[in-house]
Amino acid sequence: MIIVGLLALIASAALAQDAGHSPSGSLSTGFKFTERTGEELYANVCQGCHMPEGKGAIGAGAYPPLAGDKNLEANAYPVSIVVNGQHGMPPFGEMMNDDQIAAVVNYVRTHFGNNYQDAVAAEDVKAVRR
Amino acid sequence: MTETMGVRAATGAGRGTAFSRRDLLSLIGTVAGSAAMYQAMSSLGFASDSGFKGRIELGGDVRGASVLILGAGLAGMTAALELRKAGYKVQVLEFDRRPGGRNWTLRGGDTFTELGGFTQTCEFEQGLYFNPGPWRIPYHHRALLDYCKRLDVALEPFVELNHNALLHSSNAFGGRPQRVREIQADFQGQIAELLAKAAGQSKLDEAVSTEDKEMLLQALRSWGALDENYAYKANLISARFRGYAKGPGGGLDAAPLPCEPLKLHDILKSRLWRALQTFAVHELQTTMFQPVGGMDMIGKAFAREVGDLIRYDAKVTRIAQDEGGVTVTYMDAKTPAFEQTAKADWCVCTVPLSILSQIPIAVGDRMKAAIDAVPYMSAVKVGLQFKRRFWEEDEAIYGGISYTDLPIRQIAYPNMDFNRGGKGVLLGAYIFEGANAYEFAAMPPAERVARAVALGTSLHPQYPAEFENGVAVAWHRVPFTLGCAGYWTDEARAAHYDDLCQIDGRIVLAGEHASYIPAWQEGAILSSLDAITRLHHRVVKT
Repeated sequence: MIIVGLLALIASAALAQDAGHSPSGSLSTGFKFTERTGEELYANVCQGCHMPEGKGAIGAGAYPPLAGDKNLEANAYPVSIVVNGQHGMPPFGEMMNDDQIAAVVNYVRTHFGNNYQDAVAAEDVKAVRR
Repeated sequence: MTETMGVRAATGAGRGTAFSRRDLLSLIGTVAGSAAMYQAMSSLGFASDSGFKGRIELGGDVRGASVLILGAGLAGMTAALELRKAGYKVQVLEFDRRPGGRNWTLRGGDTFTELGGFTQTCEFEQGLYFNPGPWRIPYHHRALLDYCKRLDVALEPFVELNHNALLHSSNAFGGRPQRVREIQADFQGQIAELLAKAAGQSKLDEAVSTEDKEMLLQALRSWGALDENYAYKANLISARFRGYAKGPGGGLDAAPLPCEPLKLHDILKSRLWRALQTFAVHELQTTMFQPVGGMDMIGKAFAREVGDLIRYDAKVTRIAQDEGGVTVTYMDAKTPAFEQTAKADWCVCTVPLSILSQIPIAVGDRMKAAIDAVPYMSAVKVGLQFKRRFWEEDEAIYGGISYTDLPIRQIAYPNMDFNRGGKGVLLGAYIFEGANAYEFAAMPPAERVARAVALGTSLHPQYPAEFENGVAVAWHRVPFTLGCAGYWTDEARAAHYDDLCQIDGRIVLAGEHASYIPAWQEGAILSSLDAITRLHHRVVKT
């Protein structure tokens, strides 16, 4: 009963404003992410800065949009950025394994107006790690 | 040892009249050098843990020099206050519409739009507030405390350790929260019992002399609340520390009853002992403080002094310098098409590196590499208003923090207006680094609030019935910082920190990112004081 009530609370709160993609139900239980698919990882992690639909955001500085992003063409580039970070962006190499990084890179490279079909494999991620 | 002797000798060589402390210190400094001076200062209670050397004196003729300060957070406003006092012409550019930066408080009626366009209006009752950023001040953050004193910011205690607050693990004790005092007394008591047993069986004889062993056993009995047989068990000795099944009362039927301690095995497995370590760290040791009325009382107090120098809504787009001075290009946030410039002889730049790394800046390769080398951490805080202060009324929790392994990590109780009834605002989540901090940042604000309520119900079942409204701040979504604070690894510090702090031509950087106390206000102020002192020496010398 309490659980049903809480879910209703979450649903109504989320409906109260333009939610974008809501993160999927379960949250990670430790330092590392437990999400597996590229879609989940994007919605639960990347979206915090790069925003729903990869549209980016602008404040005193900017989060670059990933929608229609030509920099994603060379697949090693996004892999390297996710593993090592860049400028203010934190590195995610310690928080995601090779499969997760490959999954989220492949997701971004085939969504938001990007259509790069040369998928990244876990081995490609391993090669980027120092 | 020799330094202490030196101090004695110097004192003994006095003129027979009463030495002032200042006389004594200057004599020690002359005779024994600065290391002895520092040691003597420490023993006299002058020197401060954070490296604050006392109020700065920027003496000498600045000959009309001007300084442009970028950012009106605590680092920027410290620089503005001190440099104007020293005679500089000062102007400040600030991206936001208010002073303070991360020194920030949300109250009823405040509206905040985060990156992505999500807007929240805080609906707290008048008088209630929530600090999305810094919320506590250690007693050894002497620079910040000194500015609070100078600027007349009233402080009150911030309760870090409340023995009656909760420690909660979702996988231990059937998910039931335990009290801090129970975990602390039972953990300590049973460790003492184990050690006493080992000592009694002569298993510590190689490490402890016979004489010390006697004292050790006495100490363990006292420290661990052990009985005459060196056992920790349910009795009125342990109850004095862990609390009673039935507390001592008055009149008939008032005798206290002890309760059964938790088993050591269960405590170890629960990992709740980790929270005891949190309470013990120097950074969080009592006494801690908070400004009366909200952390932003500090930023507002600075702005009373230097607010007339600040140009708000100014987004910096380029920082140029040559032999003649510094030229900063900026846009008015309201009319972004129109670029303006500000010029000065010198520049103190406190812009967070998450933003500065994106701004074209005319500095050498080494400083530029340092600016680019620091990622910004994720942190999320949620403030929740409840109809009544059930944590006080039902659970006798007055201030302090409960810790949990759930994604919310902490629930912190208000440290003021105790025992008065009425509504109250809790910190319903403080999530710092780790996967959950990113996951909460990726949610729309209303969902962060809803999740905090749902999760917090495991600690306080009153939540669903008493919850009224909430606000949630995810620091990666804050337009003026793009992150919580700079994250320095040891490797990055070794490679870049000094380059970040050096004066590059006419530009010097300051802020928590240019300190060894990252994410603390003290780091921002100390960094600023150090930067402007070095800058001033250069100005007066040339």
